[in-house]
Amino acid sequence: MGPPTDTAAPLELGPAGLDRLVCILAETHRVIGPTVADGAVVLREIASAAELPVGWIDEQEGGRYRLHADASAGPFDHVVGPFSLKNFLFPPRETVALLERGAEGWRSRPPEGAPRALAVVGVRGCDLAALAIQDRVFLGSGHVDPAYQARRRDLILVAVDCRRAAPTCFCHSTGSGPAACDAGAGRVADLTLVDLGPGPAGSAAEDLGIEPSAARRFACRAGTLRGAAILGRLRAEGLAGSLAPADSELSAAVPRATAARLAARGPGERHLDTEGLRDLLFDRLDHPRWDDVAARCLACTNCTLVCPTCFCASVTEIPALDAERVERERRWESCFSLDHSRMHGRAVRHSTAARYRQWLTHKLAGWIDQFGVSGCTGCGRCITWCPVGIDLTAEVAALRAPPPASEGGRA
Amino acid sequence: MSTLPDGDHGAGPVPARRLRVAVWKFASCDGCQLQLLDAVGRWPALLGRIEFVQFLEASSRVEPGPYDVGIVEGSVSTPQDVVRIREVRRQCRFLLTIGACATSGGIQALRNWGRVEDFVAAVYASPDTIEALATSTGIAEHVPVDFELRGCPVDTAQLADVLVALATGRTPRVPSTSVCAECKAAGVVCVAVTRGIPCLGPVTQAGCGALCPAHGRECFGCFGPAEATNLPALSAHYEATGTPRGRLLPLVRGICGWAPAFRAEAERLADAPGEPAP
Repeated sequence: MGPPTDTAAPLELGPAGLDRLVCILAETHRVIGPTVADGAVVLREIASAAELPVGWIDEQEGGRYRLHADASAGPFDHVVGPFSLKNFLFPPRETVALLERGAEGWRSRPPEGAPRALAVVGVRGCDLAALAIQDRVFLGSGHVDPAYQARRRDLILVAVDCRRAAPTCFCHSTGSGPAACDAGAGRVADLTLVDLGPGPAGSAAEDLGIEPSAARRFACRAGTLRGAAILGRLRAEGLAGSLAPADSELSAAVPRATAARLAARGPGERHLDTEGLRDLLFDRLDHPRWDDVAARCLACTNCTLVCPTCFCASVTEIPALDAERVERERRWESCFSLDHSRMHGRAVRHSTAARYRQWLTHKLAGWIDQFGVSGCTGCGRCITWCPVGIDLTAEVAALRAPPPASEGGRA
Repeated sequence: MSTLPDGDHGAGPVPARRLRVAVWKFASCDGCQLQLLDAVGRWPALLGRIEFVQFLEASSRVEPGPYDVGIVEGSVSTPQDVVRIREVRRQCRFLLTIGACATSGGIQALRNWGRVEDFVAAVYASPDTIEALATSTGIAEHVPVDFELRGCPVDTAQLADVLVALATGRTPRVPSTSVCAECKAAGVVCVAVTRGIPCLGPVTQAGCGALCPAHGRECFGCFGPAEATNLPALSAHYEATGTPRGRLLPLVRGICGWAPAFRAEAERLADAPGEPAP
C-alpha cells in the first residue's frame, strides 16, 4: 500500500467499468464482495460485478433483518450485513502453529501454505474504522500477529460512500461514516466509489433528486498509489473517463446528504452519546441497568462475534491420535462465555450481568485506555444480529440516567 | 472430572495397556452407539488407546468387569433399568454417558408430561405385560456420572476427543457455549433474525457444528441447554414477534425437554397458556 494520494480527480466508471474492476482485482487477488445468500447480503468470493446485490434492499431493526426486492436499489444501496472484514482478516478458526515430536523433542513450525491475497469490494466507512482498530490490536502495541500482518499487507480495499443508513446505523455518533473517508486520516481505501445512479426510498439519491432514468454510473477516486494504478488501467482501457463537473459535485453531495439524514434524527431515533462516556461507564459499575439488561440477554455471544472490532480468541491444542503431532488452533472467543473469564482454574464472571458489563465497559471505555480509541464504530451489527434485539445505544442511554439513590450498590 | 489411573497425563507415547471400555444400552435408538462405531471407523488409531471389552452393537465378546470406562447410551425407563444402572456404575471406574437420552431422558421423556399408562394402553396389545416407569430420566438422576456428552446423536469428533482425553488424562474439548457461536464461526446466516423462525440455537450448547441452521432450519436443542441460558427472554421475544406459544412449547419440550433449563421453561409455558412471558 502506497501513501495516501487522494489528489487525483475522481473518474467516471460505468457498469462495464465496475465489472472490469472486479476482473482486474481477480487477476492477483481473491475478490470478496457483497452478494445475496441465505436471505442476507453476505460477504463472499465473487467472480464478477453481476454477483453484487443489485435490486435488493435490506431492512434492519433490533433482532430483525429482511431483504426486499427493490428495482431501484443499486449494487451498494444495502448497508452492512452479518459479516465484516474481521471474518477474513481474523478468521473464526485458524491454525497458528504445528508442533511435531522429533528425535530432539517437540518442534514448532508455522502452518503450511500462504492463503491468497484478498481484495474486498464495497467496504464502508465503519468497516475502515473497524479495520484501523483491529490494526491497533494485531499490529500495534509491540505484539504483531504475523498471519494478520500478511493478510493486511496484501489487502486491497474498494470502499463505497453510503447513500443510505439503516435505522440500526449510528456512524454519525462514532465519527466513522457515512463517507468512506469519515473513518479518518490514514484509513484510506485504495479506491472509493460513489454511486451516481438513482436510489431507493430513504437514500441520498432520493434526497438529491437523481433522475430515475439515469444509467448506473460511479465516481471512482483513488486513495493510494495502488488504487491509482488500477484506475489508470481502467482509463487506458476506455472504461473510466473524466467526471463532468456536475457529477463531481454530486459525488461529494451524496455522502453529505446521507450524513444530513443521520444528523436530522429525532430523539426517538438511534444515536450514541459518546460525550464523557468512558468516565461515565466506569462510574456506573453498580447501576441497576446491568441486571435489567441481563434479564433480557441470552449470553449467546452473537453481539461479540458480529462486532467488527471484537478480537478475543482462545488457543487450543489439538493432538493427533498418535500424539506425535499437535495442531495449535486459535478460535474466536467471547466475553459472554463462562470459559472466557476462567483464570487459575476458576471462572470469575458467572452472571450474565457481569458478562454484559464486561463487554460494554471494555468496548466503550476500557478500549480507550488500551488502544486510544473506542471499540465501537456505529455499524449496528450487534443490534440487528442480537436474537432478542438488545440495543447498545439504548443500554448506554439508560446507564446515563443516575441510579436511583435508594438502590445502593448491586449485590 | 476424575483422572484415570493408567493415563499418561499428557500427550505422551501410546500407553502399553489400552483402556478397557464397556458399552451399555438403555432406552434409546442406538444412534449414539452407531456414532461410536463411526468414530472408530473414521479414526482407527483410537483402538491404539482403547479396547472394547463389551460392545454388543459391534461384537458378541463380553469380558467381565471391572472396566476402566463405561459408556452408557439411553435413558432409565423401566424398573429393571434402575437396578441395572447401579450395577453398571459399580463395575466402572469412569462413567461416560452419551446422547440426549442418557443425559436428559431423551425424546421419550415427553411421557413425563403425560400418563404412562395411557401411552402403554394406546401402544401395546397387552398393556399388562409392560413394566415402565412413569418417567424417562437421564442416568445422572440415578447414579453419579463422571462426564456427560450431549447430542442427538453425539458428535463423532467430540466422542473421539473425549475418549482420547480419557486415555491421555487431559480435559475433553467440549465447549459449553451456544450454537450461535458455531453458526458465526461457520458463516451461517442467522435463521431467527432473517426469517423470524423460532430457533433454540441461542440457548443450546454447541457441538453439532450448527447442522440445522446450516440447512436453513431452526435449532431443535439436541445438545441441551448451553452453560448460560435465558429461555424466558427468548420465548418472550419469539412470542412478541409472532410465534404462538403453541409452537414454542413442543420445541422446548423436544429432544432435551427434560434437561433442567428446558424443562423449567416448558413448565412455565404450559402453566400459563396464552399468557405473555414476563
